[in-house]
Amino acid sequence: MCLAVPGRVESVYETDGTRMGKVNFGGVVKEVCLAYLPEITVGDYAIVHVGFAISRVDEATAHETLRTFQSLGLLEEEFGEGEP
Amino acid sequence: MKYLTEFRDGELAQKLAAEIRSAVTRPWAIMEVCGGQTHSVIRNGIDQLLPPEVELIHGPGCPVCVTPIELIDKALAIAATPGVIFCSFGDMLRVPGTSGDLFTVKGRGADVRVVYSPLDAVKLAKENPARQVVFFGIGFETTAPANAMAVHQAKRLGLQNFSVLVSHVLVPPAIDAIMSSPTNRVQAFLAAGHVCSVMGFHQYPPLAEKHRVPIVVTGFEPLDLLDGIRRAVIQLEAGTHTVENAYPRVVTFEGNRPAQALLAEVFEVTDRAWRGIGIIPNSGWRLRDEYRAFDAEARFAVAGIRSAESPRCRSGEVLRGTLKPHHCEAFGKDCTPRTPLGATMVSSEGACAAYYNYGRLVELGTERVPCPV
Repeated sequence: MCLAVPGRVESVYETDGTRMGKVNFGGVVKEVCLAYLPEITVGDYAIVHVGFAISRVDEATAHETLRTFQSLGLLEEEFGEGEP
Repeated sequence: MKYLTEFRDGELAQKLAAEIRSAVTRPWAIMEVCGGQTHSVIRNGIDQLLPPEVELIHGPGCPVCVTPIELIDKALAIAATPGVIFCSFGDMLRVPGTSGDLFTVKGRGADVRVVYSPLDAVKLAKENPARQVVFFGIGFETTAPANAMAVHQAKRLGLQNFSVLVSHVLVPPAIDAIMSSPTNRVQAFLAAGHVCSVMGFHQYPPLAEKHRVPIVVTGFEPLDLLDGIRRAVIQLEAGTHTVENAYPRVVTFEGNRPAQALLAEVFEVTDRAWRGIGIIPNSGWRLRDEYRAFDAEARFAVAGIRSAESPRCRSGEVLRGTLKPHHCEAFGKDCTPRTPLGATMVSSEGACAAYYNYGRLVELGTERVPCPV
């Protein structure tokens, strides 16, 4: 559960007064809370943990990390539906 | 080791390992605090790349593992309450309580749901006004901002049917407790990168000074870990004890200020029991009085539960770094990820599960027998 995955912000909007957005993690798109990165905009990359963007990263770093996670099957582990 | 060759920068990893080998002149014990780092170390065979002088001690930074059994038992009781929707991160479902786990409660008909984000639980509460929705709010400083936001949003929306079973733990007090223990063997720390991305690392210089221990803020990928270890070894050999940031692409000194502001509004520091370790003063967060109405422990009558650990599980020694998982008699025999005796065999960040999943069933040449306590 402690994995933090980088993704690209695809949209920004408000739900119940909270800043939210869609974030693309190497093809998997999830709704993410953006409240803790008030300056982040569409096209930026952020590290996301349990549905919250906690730190901005540059694009090269994000791609490198995503490649590593993909090769290790970690994205599937993090976003795979279903229960243990 | 087999995974490392797949990385684009396998060559760079070898170079970092060679630098560590050439820097080291005597034995050193370095603790990686975070379970995610332990997982990466074992998965990528980082420990096998290191010279025999450098021992990695796996730290207690697995929130699933250190959540006290009393809290698990309370979760089981609340989840079994008719009308409750109990929401949790998936890792918690197989963590054994005194009798059974959330998975068994679910099997008996309880409405236990795995959520990706704490806000999913808030959404469920909104959609099910006639049901009590309880979220199992565990985690270190990395996860706490998400749980704080869930409580904050529930209060703002005036949700009467949402509450959180809070079990938050903090890294700096754990480092202080480890260094203060008379049996401590740790000589340097790799601080958890994502905890620091939220909290910054301004809390660490006083700890480094007090215990004269090098602390290196470290990431999770093989190269990050090797660089963190390299910096720690160089400091140990030089006799220095400063705080370094080996993960600057994610971590700043100040950390995430908006997250820290909401954490301070929702939570206050409290003493916290760590499973296998015991009570560490000021090592956790609980809800402030202003948010007490969302405290599941206050909403459900769960105070009188008696808890008892499996007498055969030695996860406490694993969490304190005094026993390597595969030196436990039950490891891989009576205790596997499918039939865990303790939490360290359950979580994907638990040291026992990492050893089991990556085939560390036998003694490695580079490892030493842990010191008796």
